[in-house]
Order: sequence, then C-alpha cells, then structure tokens
Amino acid sequence: MIQFLVHEKADNVGVATVDIKKGEKATGLYMDSQKKVEVKALQDIPLGHKIALANLKQEGCVIKYGHDIGRVVAGIKAGEHVHIHNLKTRRW
Amino acid sequence: MAKTKNPKVFAYRRENGRVGIRNHVVILPLDDLSNSACEKVAFNVKGCKAIPHAYGRLQFGKDLELFFRTMIGTGANPNVAAVVVIGIEPEWTHRIVEGIAKTGKPVAGFSIERYGEFKTVEMASWKAKEYMHWASELRREPVDLKEVWVSVKCGESDTTSGLASNPTVGNALEKLVAMGGTCSFGETSEITGAEMVCKERAANRKVGEQFMAAFNAYQKMIDDNKTDDLSGSQPTKGNIRGGLTTIEEKAFGNLQKIGKKISYVGVLDKAEAPSGRGLWFMDTSSAAAEAVTLWAAAGFVAHFFPTGQGNIIGNPIEPVIKLTANPLTAKTMSEHVDYDCSAILRGEMTLDQSGDNLIQMLVRTCNGRLTAQEVLGHEEFVLTKLYESA
Repeated sequence: MIQFLVHEKADNVGVATVDIKKGEKATGLYMDSQKKVEVKALQDIPLGHKIALANLKQEGCVIKYGHDIGRVVAGIKAGEHVHIHNLKTRRW
Repeated sequence: MAKTKNPKVFAYRRENGRVGIRNHVVILPLDDLSNSACEKVAFNVKGCKAIPHAYGRLQFGKDLELFFRTMIGTGANPNVAAVVVIGIEPEWTHRIVEGIAKTGKPVAGFSIERYGEFKTVEMASWKAKEYMHWASELRREPVDLKEVWVSVKCGESDTTSGLASNPTVGNALEKLVAMGGTCSFGETSEITGAEMVCKERAANRKVGEQFMAAFNAYQKMIDDNKTDDLSGSQPTKGNIRGGLTTIEEKAFGNLQKIGKKISYVGVLDKAEAPSGRGLWFMDTSSAAAEAVTLWAAAGFVAHFFPTGQGNIIGNPIEPVIKLTANPLTAKTMSEHVDYDCSAILRGEMTLDQSGDNLIQMLVRTCNGRLTAQEVLGHEEFVLTKLYESA
C-alpha cells in the first residue's frame, strides 16, 4: 500500500496519504513516473503532512511540485516531519 | 462521458441571451439600512430571496464603483429571473435598477424615505409577488453546457487539494474550455510564490503583464498593511493543520486548478464580466465568500470549490459545487461535500476520470440538482471593500 505521494522527480518531500507512524518503513509513489520509493519515518507524519525524502541542510530549499516552496530553518533528516517548525516562507 | 463533447443541459435562457441554471427572484438592498425591509418582503412572499449585506453608505471613488458593479452584477446574473431593489433613498436605488434593467429582465425599485418601512414593504411585496408568479412559469430549455459560465476557487486547502481535488478542477476546466466554455480563476494573493509560473500561462505577453500588474498591486497592499509575515493568515490555521506550511506551497497547489495546458485569455477587475469565451484571471481576494460574490456579480452561474480541511462556503445566487480529496473531511463533513474524489489518493481513480465525474456533477447541478451548500442554506454574500467609507 502507498503511504505517501511525491508530485515530481525533483521533490525532496512527499505527502502522507495516510497517518504514518514513527519507525514505519513507508512506501511512496512518484506521481510523474509512477516509480516507488521507500523511507523510514523518524517521526509520526499525519495524513496530508510532509515527510522528508533526503537530509536537508539549514538555509536549503524544500522542493515540491518541482519548485522551491521555502527555506529550511532547522536541519531536517530523511524521514522527518517537515512543517512550520523547520520550514518558512521566503515571502512577506 | 462528458469528455470532449458538449453535453446539453436544461437551463434558463434570459432576455439578454445569457444562460442561468437557477431562477431566483431577488430582493436586493441598496444599503445596510434596507436589509430589514428586504427580509420582511422575503418573509411575505415565499420563494423569493433577500440578500442582506453590510455596506452601501458613504462609499466613494473606486470603492463605490466596485460596490455598484457588484450590486448591479448580482441582479443582472442569469441565475436571477427578476429583482426588487430597496434602498433608503431613491437616487442610488434607481442607479441599481437602471443597471440591472439593461439585461431586459423585470426589475423595480422602492425607497424608504417619505414612505416609511411599512408602506415600502407593502409596495415591494406586491411587486415581488407578481415577479414570483411570473418566474415560476418560466421553463428550462436545452442549451449547450459551454454556455454555463464556471468560476473556480479553493478554500481551507491542504496538501490533498494540490494532489487531487485542485487537479480534478484543472482537468474539468481543460475540458470545458475545449468545448468553448467560459471559466475564471483568481485569488491574487494565493499565487504568491508561483506568480512567474502563472504569468507564463497567459495567452500572450500583454495579458501576462496585466496579471503581473494586478499581482504586484496586491503585494504592495499587503506590504503596506502587514504587521508580521502573515503566517497565521496566509496560510490559514486550517491550511497549516492540514499540512500546508508556506504560501509558496499553497500557491503551487492552488494553480493546479487551471490544469496543465490551457492559458488564460485576459485579466478581469473585481466583478468585471469577461468579454469572450476561454479562461480568465480575475483579481480577487482569496477569502472564499468575497471571491465567489465577485464572480457571481461578473455573471458566473456555477462554481467549483475544492476543499481540503472543509470550507463550508456558499453563495445566494451562484451554486457552489464542493469537492474534497481528503478522506477525513469526506467522512466527517459529508453534508457539505458534493463530490468525494479521495479515491485518487488511494490510486483507485485517475485525474481524467475525476474531471469527468466533476463535469457530470456540473451537468446535474445545471439540470436542477441542488448543491450541498444550497440545501444547507449557505448564502454568504460578502462585498469586497477597498478602503474606509468617507
């Protein structure tokens, strides 16, 4: 079963389509290529929330839809929850 | 399926040739002071509809122009068969009556000063009764689906919106525009972060520049008035709860609603009617009720509203068809949802099938199926105000 979806190949986050539990090996699907990917969840990822697919350095970019959606404000490990505690807008 | 054909729907052909899918007799207040009289008329005469609102006094300049455009446009909308206008004084009341009368539909105005509310309500009730009898005998006739103008806007979005419900709308718009339909999207502030991608979707350079001018003006307004980085307002608390983190992420999800291929042919001011077919960008607020009110006033007769966390908005004259891909929302808020497309997230349905399903729901709505919002009585009529009154 698929637990998360990834919009595009360039993305470094996926979106949970079910609640993913910490420690679970989660299977994701790239929507463009239909290729599968596996990531071990380091934290609980609620339905609709983002899971990191790679380690992301502070001040780096989070890529979704193939585009930069904001600035990493605290280092993120693959499998961690990506949200307002570690990702901020570059605007406003 | 509805795919590339142009299905027939049963709808109302108005005096000016436009097509409406509802047959409302509207009791329209010029101003906040006249809401009470309009509501009394709507109580006396069953089946007609008062549309109370908060403004209409001491507005000036561009804000007043927008006010008149919105009020006249609401009365002129093809979903409206006839209109009774009530205002505190005759002059501005008459201005709205005259504007609506250009469509050729029945419209009459009443003013309260020098009569009092009792007499005004009595006179307006007689007229409303006459209009109700007349409108109730109008018949639906077969028309092409492409004649049904469709606006789109999402609300309380989450990441499922960008994954499935917004792309479903995008797929349906591509099919409607291919049929020769007229559609519109907007939400100027919610394109922030994706504005260059949106600019590239303009049909030509001039239209792209017009979009950027509207976008930059909106950004300036936000910059001039903001007291923080807007986190908490944009994205909303609901967006954040649903997993959306930044305005950029929200914007790329938002743009899924215009599909992958179609380009927009022009840029509309708030409540401005398009001058031809195709997809149009309208410069609107991203607040749901304000934006849908503007599209209704521009003459759009059906609205696609994808939601993630469950925005429950409606409009008094433009039916709002709500869809969600969030299985939790589809389950816990099912009374608000017309179309559940969560099967896409489970890999059980393609976007193409989902777009067809949404068009099918549009066809049913045109033929008379009441939307969840209509049955629940959600009639959020909210005027966009540009600045303080004088």
